[in-house]
Amino acid sequence: MSGIGLKDIRHSYLRNPKSDEDWALKHISLDWSDGGAYALLGPSGCGKTTLLNIISGLIAPSEGRVWFGDQDVTEIPPDQRNIAQVFQFPVVYDTMTVYENLAFPLRNRGVPKGDIEARVREIAAMLDLTDMLSRRASGLTADGKQKISLGRGLVRSDVNVIMFDEPLTVIDPHLKWVLRSKLKELHQQVGSTMIYVTHDQTEALTFADLVVVMHEGTVVQIGTPVELFESPKHTFVGHFIGSPGMNVLPCEIDQGAPILAGWKIEVETRVEQTMGGARLEIGVRPEFVSFSSDGIPVEIVKVNDAGRYRIIDTRHGHIHIKLLVAEDDALPSESAYIRFDPAHTHVYADGWIIDGNSQ
Amino acid sequence: MTGKTSNQKAWLFVLPVVVLVAFNALIPLMTVVNYSVQETFGDNVFFWEGLRWYEEVLHSERFHASLLRQITFTSIILLIEVPLGVAIALAMPRRGPWVPVCLVLMALPMLIPWNVVGAMWNIFALPEIGLLGKTINSLGINYNFTQQPLAAWFTTILMDVWHWTSLVVLLAYAGLCSIPAPYYQAAKIDGARGWAIFRYIELPKMKRVLTIAILLRFMDSFMIYTEPFVLTGGGPGNATTFLSIDLVKIALGQFDLGPAAAMSLIYFLIVLLLSWVFYTLMMRHEER
Repeated sequence: MSGIGLKDIRHSYLRNPKSDEDWALKHISLDWSDGGAYALLGPSGCGKTTLLNIISGLIAPSEGRVWFGDQDVTEIPPDQRNIAQVFQFPVVYDTMTVYENLAFPLRNRGVPKGDIEARVREIAAMLDLTDMLSRRASGLTADGKQKISLGRGLVRSDVNVIMFDEPLTVIDPHLKWVLRSKLKELHQQVGSTMIYVTHDQTEALTFADLVVVMHEGTVVQIGTPVELFESPKHTFVGHFIGSPGMNVLPCEIDQGAPILAGWKIEVETRVEQTMGGARLEIGVRPEFVSFSSDGIPVEIVKVNDAGRYRIIDTRHGHIHIKLLVAEDDALPSESAYIRFDPAHTHVYADGWIIDGNSQ
Repeated sequence: MTGKTSNQKAWLFVLPVVVLVAFNALIPLMTVVNYSVQETFGDNVFFWEGLRWYEEVLHSERFHASLLRQITFTSIILLIEVPLGVAIALAMPRRGPWVPVCLVLMALPMLIPWNVVGAMWNIFALPEIGLLGKTINSLGINYNFTQQPLAAWFTTILMDVWHWTSLVVLLAYAGLCSIPAPYYQAAKIDGARGWAIFRYIELPKMKRVLTIAILLRFMDSFMIYTEPFVLTGGGPGNATTFLSIDLVKIALGQFDLGPAAAMSLIYFLIVLLLSWVFYTLMMRHEER
């Protein structure tokens, strides 16, 4: 197999979708190469689980085709798709031992006994489950059970894509980190494509080479963690990724440059004035705002200590702007001025970025 | 016991429950115990008999016969109702407009008073005028439940299955509905089909509710009285005289209060013992 292709996927859970809101997935086309680590990131209800279930075949899309390499798999049931899926809540077969759980997918496919034994032991060793093979699966902790669900995917030699649907939700915080590193390690070891669905930006950014950010049934941006951070294509991405999220400030355009409450803001891209009534905003991350000797005069509203840095909430008129200041840097005492880093300040029209490429 | 405060006031709070349990369980039970060790001829005159009634009941052929009938009946209805109930529950839709329709249809038999069920089936099965009896006879089979023991058993069992399978269905259905969708999805991906899904997902998840269903059906069927009393009256002959019917015959028919009291205590202990055995067996299996 060589990668996954989604062509014009639309999906609705209703029989006769009418308005735009009836569609859980509005229009999605994607191409993923073989062996990559991808994350689907978005808030609850953005359609990421629906998209995952369409790829695995648990849901048939209302419209569009799913391709695995050069094979159209839209009509093929999940057990014949060379995929495995790990769910939010660990699924184990309670009455079976850990060994039987891992052997189950192979037994169902009629694999010879000797091969099953060898394969199960190999995977159990990979997942550190060897000591527990003869124990009843129902007696394990949540992270142990989640390893079993993952193991049932790994034992099958035909599996090319492993999908994770928020797999760390029920795992204890201190084990989350361990399990996440384990996944990353397995990805390098096994080499199969992994798709990871989550609403947690840390999980997505640390796991994936490429993150797909979804919002209200559409893909708003596909990019590496760095791209998502430095040039969010949509104000939603700016908001959703980063802590705190990007400052999104209403602005006007005058002579190709954005004007924020009467103050001209320097940016690298020239903005045409022909934006025709679109809602215009400036987006700048708190990381790229700094105090300076001149610039926009602000008043400091609140200081939150976040450990290594402080989050400063400032105000100019009714506009609130957040910025980050290192822990040991002094704050300006009376009159404060701020400036934005021109290389990381973007202008958005109706939520979408205006850059050299899109115009 | 150091470090614990002792507070006698607690008794005051427990008192209402103690009184309630005393009046609805302990006192009636002790009255029966009292009867079971004495002989009376009325007028509140009692003679001490010791364990004589117990020995008599335990050695009586009549008691053995009704106990055997009772065990046979309960075994048959459990063997029919549990698998049938699970099968119906599996066939019922999990969502959609038919769910409430199915649930109401299933609950209907259980809402009918027991004596009405007996009367309904009595008329339903009458060979000359009943729909069931007439139909069977018109098929060329000689069927008359008031005269043939086999026909009487068949009718009684059919009636109980009609009346109580729903209980198993509803409990099993509740168990099935509580299985999260990912279990089925994971099984699908793992390549499991029909029987494997039932054996490894549905049955284990239904185990708790099925334990309760079996226990309830065991206890209820072991104590069955009203329906067969109205349907067959324990006949023909003694063919459908189950334990409770026999007990009522001895206590209220013959007014042998002593033996009847001894028998009811033995009866009670049998139900208690068998329920305990059932429960421990099923729970032990669960823990393993």
